[in-house]
Amino acid sequence: MLQLAWLIPLFPLFGFLLISFGKKLFPQISSGIFATLMVFFSFVISAGVFFQLSDEPVNIHLFNWIHSGNLDIPFSFLLDHISAIMLLIVTGVGFLIHIYSIGYMKGDPGFSRFFSYMNLFIFFMLLLVMADNYVVMFVGWEGVGLCSYLLIGFWFKNTDYNNAANKAFIMNRIGDLGFLLGIILIYTTFGSTTFNVVFSSASVMSSNQGVLIAITLLLFVGAMGKSAQIPLYTWLPDAMAGPTPVSALIHAATMVTAGIYMVVRSNILYSLAPFTLNIIAIIGTATALFAAVIAMTQTDIKKVLAYSTVSQLGYMFVALGAGAYSTALFHVTTHAFFKALLFLAAGSVIHAMGGEQDINRMGGLRKKLPITFFVFLIGTIAISGLPPLAGFFSKDEILAKVWIQYKPLFIILSITSILTAFYMFRLFFLTFYGSFRGTHEQEHHLHESPPVMTFPLIILAILSAVGGFLGIPAVLGGTHLLNNYLLAFTSFPKMLIEGEPSHYFEWMMMSISVVVIAVVIILAYRKYAILQSSYSARITKMSPIAKMSFNKFYVDELYDKIISKPLYGVGRFFYKVVDIRIIDGIVNTFSRAITGSAGVLRLMQSGYVGLYIFLMVFGIIAILFFNLIIK
Amino acid sequence: MITLLIFFPLLAACITAFSGRQAGWVAFGFTLIEFALSIFAFNLFEPTAGLQFLNQCEWIPSLGISYKVGVDGISLLLVLLTTFLIPLIILSSFKREYKNPALFYSLILFMQFALVGVFSALDGFLFYIFWELALIPIYLICLIWGGKERLRITLKFFIYTLTGSLLMLVAFIWLWHQTPGAHTFDIQAFYALSLTPTEQTWIFWAFFLAFAIKMPIFPFHTWQPDTYVDAPAPGTMLLSGIMLKMGIYGVIRWLIPITPGGIQEWGFTAIILSVIGIMYASVIALVQKDFKRLIAYSSIAHVGLISAGIFSLSFQGLQGGVIQMISHGINVVGLFFIAEMISQRTETREMGELGGIRVSAPQFATFFIIILLASIALPLTNGFVGEFLLINGLFSYDSVIAAIAGLTIILGAVYMLRAYQKISLGEPNNLTLQFPDLSTVEKCVLVPLVIMIFWIGIYPNTLLDVAGPSIEALQKTIENSASLTKINYIN
Repeated sequence: MLQLAWLIPLFPLFGFLLISFGKKLFPQISSGIFATLMVFFSFVISAGVFFQLSDEPVNIHLFNWIHSGNLDIPFSFLLDHISAIMLLIVTGVGFLIHIYSIGYMKGDPGFSRFFSYMNLFIFFMLLLVMADNYVVMFVGWEGVGLCSYLLIGFWFKNTDYNNAANKAFIMNRIGDLGFLLGIILIYTTFGSTTFNVVFSSASVMSSNQGVLIAITLLLFVGAMGKSAQIPLYTWLPDAMAGPTPVSALIHAATMVTAGIYMVVRSNILYSLAPFTLNIIAIIGTATALFAAVIAMTQTDIKKVLAYSTVSQLGYMFVALGAGAYSTALFHVTTHAFFKALLFLAAGSVIHAMGGEQDINRMGGLRKKLPITFFVFLIGTIAISGLPPLAGFFSKDEILAKVWIQYKPLFIILSITSILTAFYMFRLFFLTFYGSFRGTHEQEHHLHESPPVMTFPLIILAILSAVGGFLGIPAVLGGTHLLNNYLLAFTSFPKMLIEGEPSHYFEWMMMSISVVVIAVVIILAYRKYAILQSSYSARITKMSPIAKMSFNKFYVDELYDKIISKPLYGVGRFFYKVVDIRIIDGIVNTFSRAITGSAGVLRLMQSGYVGLYIFLMVFGIIAILFFNLIIK
Repeated sequence: MITLLIFFPLLAACITAFSGRQAGWVAFGFTLIEFALSIFAFNLFEPTAGLQFLNQCEWIPSLGISYKVGVDGISLLLVLLTTFLIPLIILSSFKREYKNPALFYSLILFMQFALVGVFSALDGFLFYIFWELALIPIYLICLIWGGKERLRITLKFFIYTLTGSLLMLVAFIWLWHQTPGAHTFDIQAFYALSLTPTEQTWIFWAFFLAFAIKMPIFPFHTWQPDTYVDAPAPGTMLLSGIMLKMGIYGVIRWLIPITPGGIQEWGFTAIILSVIGIMYASVIALVQKDFKRLIAYSSIAHVGLISAGIFSLSFQGLQGGVIQMISHGINVVGLFFIAEMISQRTETREMGELGGIRVSAPQFATFFIIILLASIALPLTNGFVGEFLLINGLFSYDSVIAAIAGLTIILGAVYMLRAYQKISLGEPNNLTLQFPDLSTVEKCVLVPLVIMIFWIGIYPNTLLDVAGPSIEALQKTIENSASLTKINYIN
């Protein structure tokens, strides 16, 4: 199996090429089935790799890509425990979402195009995960950004969607520049971009050197863009313009976790730059809180989930900031399960509602959509962190690690986790409880989704329910399977954190959080579950903070004012004034001066032989005189 | 071999001039033969063997002028770029009726003759002659087949670039005076000169102005957007795809090896001007309404990065510059062809009036976005390899400058995606609803371009390995000529 690993990204690439070039080969939904099969094959090989992989990393060399002087970039793959986990997530969740999409996208005129893009995305994501050097990783990194752009703007007749797609691409590009400069600095420092070489030469360096801080910060800028952290997060909520399976796969489960994967991959560098880790922890905490506050008041079902994703990504970064790399990957895993579940379930709701996304117009859907209701409940409990579902374990582990490192951040994150439970149950109750608030027509059409959509939901629900058992903390008498699996690859001898919180503290933290979350759920129930009539009237009489939150703290408007507008203003100024008037003006003045002097000089060519002779004699005398002076 | 490559197009130009209405196809046939010849040369070429296919004979012995031609890896790649692009440019022009086609296509072939000559001349005077010969056909093409304001714009273009080349001529003549014994214009003799720092400064600026106007580098660029917009599409493609590379090539072949001291003194200034040009042109491109003008400004930005990388004198900067010259040639010709197809079909270039073309012409939109993504340097396209190496090279020179130059990665995406959105996405309107999709001839132009985009993007070593040894040799030449100063140029 290990020798076949190069096939893992090749299947989806083949799928993409065949579907886009041979559209006629695929009548009706067969392109979707074909694309799904391609991902399934990748998943099978990934699983094989997972089981056969020993503790030794495996390198697969494909060809020499860029060779320039002493810069040598091979196109090659690295398989170790970190990439094995990610491979399973990407191909596994990707496979389920492909199945779901066959039902969700049925009847869309761009059905084949959708699946070709999805396969292309899987290809680039696998490239990103399997790369054995930073430049190949960057290929995947930019490639998934491209697919994200293509899929956000999938319904390209809609200008808003196109704007959202552009925004996503450009914000990612800002991060990508940081990443690229980081890669170049890695190359200038270590003379290579291959992971093994870089890490082994870095591991002998002393901690907190300037160049290491610069490298890790630059790479982190890339991660901020891809994983939607402050200040580069605003593209992700807008990215919900894409079809819902895209939101589930790209903008929740896989692509946005690429930043976390990259930091985990570079954990040796980061461990040697505690300064950067502090910054990551602070930005992660700020993002987690900020996005959670915004999620409290959003009324679009996908927007709530999007901000929740931003917030959860913040959690993962805090874990990285605490040096708990395997914990971050643990949360990536559980989050991939429950957030994909929530998005797909939301998609099932939207499907049933005929495209409606406003939770003010939903309500009481639990009777009409029993399966969706049930899996959404599991997802909500999982993300809220109630035992024994997946989110509980990974989130608690993050909080425990943060407690050791950053006590003030621990408090903020605890508050955030309460907010999380609140906004998720608000969403849940508004959607599935109370009475229906949509139109009669919508009510008439309400239906449970077909099995092709509910099957992946059920699988994901099971995974969300049991996924946490990968990492049962010692205090509950379990073994941390995931941590043990990753141990050799994510624990660096010079790492700073030591020790664990006492078991007493962990017990206390767990019980308090369970009780508080239970209270919050009851509050949310009383506020939102028994709503009968339209809820939108409330928006008009919101408190100032709620209003700020509803308007996303006007961050988009701020960016527009301080970046976009001035940039275009400068552009117009440069174009109309500097370029046309000043620079070209000077050029034209030159030519006019020459034309003008030519006009004067022309008068001298009058044809009078006398004048010519006079000038000639004058010239000769001048030359003689000049020679006299010099000598 | 090279002599054949130079003079075959001249012969072809003469025949085409008398071929009447079928001139286009005749010219196309000739350029295909020329392309085949250049591929043959490419196969014979041995990257590690230095200058090859040398031909030398005396021309004006009394002045030490000889006909000396030959290619190293850098020249060869540019010759290949020329022979690859010109058939496509000719093919791309078939849809529009040009009056007096025999003259039109004959001028293009004459242009090819001069361009191949420029890229392979190894004698200063010969280089100058080819350089000026290349100007004449493009001047006539713009003048006869250009837009409404062609008189004013082409005159400005002509005088501006001519001024620059006269400075170059002065520099050549001065260098000729410095050569020992019976004076000569031979490039090796120029390389062997040891000039004082003041002399180097003067020569540097004379060459720099000549080449900077041609590329163009900020602030010598104002002839360029008008000319690109006003010229007929094949003229714009010739100018942007190949002719501006003459300037960059001049820097690599003449400026850098002859005046390494001048670069040490003034290279920083050149890099700063280039980087200002990147930012300046990118920001201006943001506010353009005319697609052709947008490409013109984006071209200034791209060339700024190439020149900054080359002036860094680092290996990656130089090699990235060479690769990016090829890539830029391919991409910009593709983009101008897209612009030409749009204006043929809709009679407008205003992006605001377009939209929704993807609905009516999906194949067109696909090719458009592939070329566009290549021009904004997406990995696995040709643009990435060049820009990655260039920024890498610039980084070893100065990390802050590299970071500023890197902003082109962001700004390029902003203006290009905006253009794509305005042209291709959204609801189609009256103008674009009936937009016909690609014809077979158009596909024949685009498919080779796209193949090259991915080839260079995925397996750039085909080109890198050809250019590499020549760049090493170039760096050795710099070291030798830099005997005056003890600074180590090589990073």
